[in-house]
Amino acid sequence: MVRLITHNMLTCHVRNCTKDNFPLVFSDVELVVREAPENLDFIRRFLPKLDWAALVDTARSLGDESLPGTQPEEFTDEQLRALHHVLMEMHVEEGKMTCRGCGHIYHISNGIPNMLLAEHEVGR
Amino acid sequence: MSLPTPYIGHLTEEDYEHVYEPAEDSFILLDALEADAIPLRAARPSLCVEIGSGSGVVSTFLMQLLGPNQSLIIATDINPLACQATQKTSHANNVTVDLVQCNLLKPLLPRVDRGVDVLVFNPPYVPTDLAEFEQTQASASLGGAWAGGSEGMGTTTTVIELLSDLLSPQGRFYLVAVEQNRPQDIVARLQRQGLRSEVK
Ligand SMILES: C[S@@+](CC[C@H](N)C(=O)[O-])C[C@H]1O[C@@H](n2cnc3c(N)ncnc32)[C@H](O)[C@@H]1O
Ligand SMILES: [Zn+2]
Repeated sequence: MVRLITHNMLTCHVRNCTKDNFPLVFSDVELVVREAPENLDFIRRFLPKLDWAALVDTARSLGDESLPGTQPEEFTDEQLRALHHVLMEMHVEEGKMTCRGCGHIYHISNGIPNMLLAEHEVGR
Repeated sequence: MSLPTPYIGHLTEEDYEHVYEPAEDSFILLDALEADAIPLRAARPSLCVEIGSGSGVVSTFLMQLLGPNQSLIIATDINPLACQATQKTSHANNVTVDLVQCNLLKPLLPRVDRGVDVLVFNPPYVPTDLAEFEQTQASASLGGAWAGGSEGMGTTTTVIELLSDLLSPQGRFYLVAVEQNRPQDIVARLQRQGLRSEVK
């Protein structure tokens, strides 16, 4: 499944696509929420690896408004719980991810995004 | 003390016509991870990546070793059936592994920027000619599990070149290599990149 924690790490890598290649924009999604055991310590450790603005935009595009627009300096447990939900429990099972830079569409099927490019699309 | 090997009974002979069946190399990799269980857990990795996860035994094992919900593990494979097998294996063992079908870890590169705490790769390491390497890579089928190009280093060299941009300061890289890949040269090369390394 494409969870938002993983989506936050994915960039378009089509040749010469270097602008607006992140975050990829979801459309036509089938979203499934699956409860996951909470480990707020893990969420805290992962914070430095997140792109907050991209995460908030993406969560909102999927209808989740629980995250504040600017990243809190100190997270309350409640905010970490909201973050846990967004990162670990929202699964995109089917749908598309579109690059705003070049328009390339990556398809998600059975929760697996296909980000393999054809030879002529590959950059270095 | 010893961790059980992940359950893979859901994978059938038919699956193994398309997906690399766990073999001696897979189990050597599990042993190497298990031998490092204490430092691996102590390092508290938050992001692990396995390139070329095949059946998914390695990613699943690593997740079990670190403990559920302790880390994000992203597994990649060029072969879509391998991605599906990895997903099935993780589910069958009650762990979560996030899959991305891609070449090596290309879509992750800009964002992981020295953030990978544990990187694992059991590559296609068998020496072949370039044509066979390119053909099996392009077809993303079972042949791509073993055909490694010149000295079997076709994919490994690319990953090694990326390492400095991938690994976090305390990051670890586990790589399977055979004699034809010249493990001592790999070690020398990693050392030139400022990475401490050893052959097990
Ligand atoms: C030797 S098998 C290892 C499978 C599994 N990790 C194990 O240890 O049993 C190599 C795997 O790498 C995958 N692979 C080959 N070239 C790749 C590439 N360029 N990017 C991602 N995966 C690749 C193959 O499809 C295959 O699943
Ligand atoms: Zn693009």
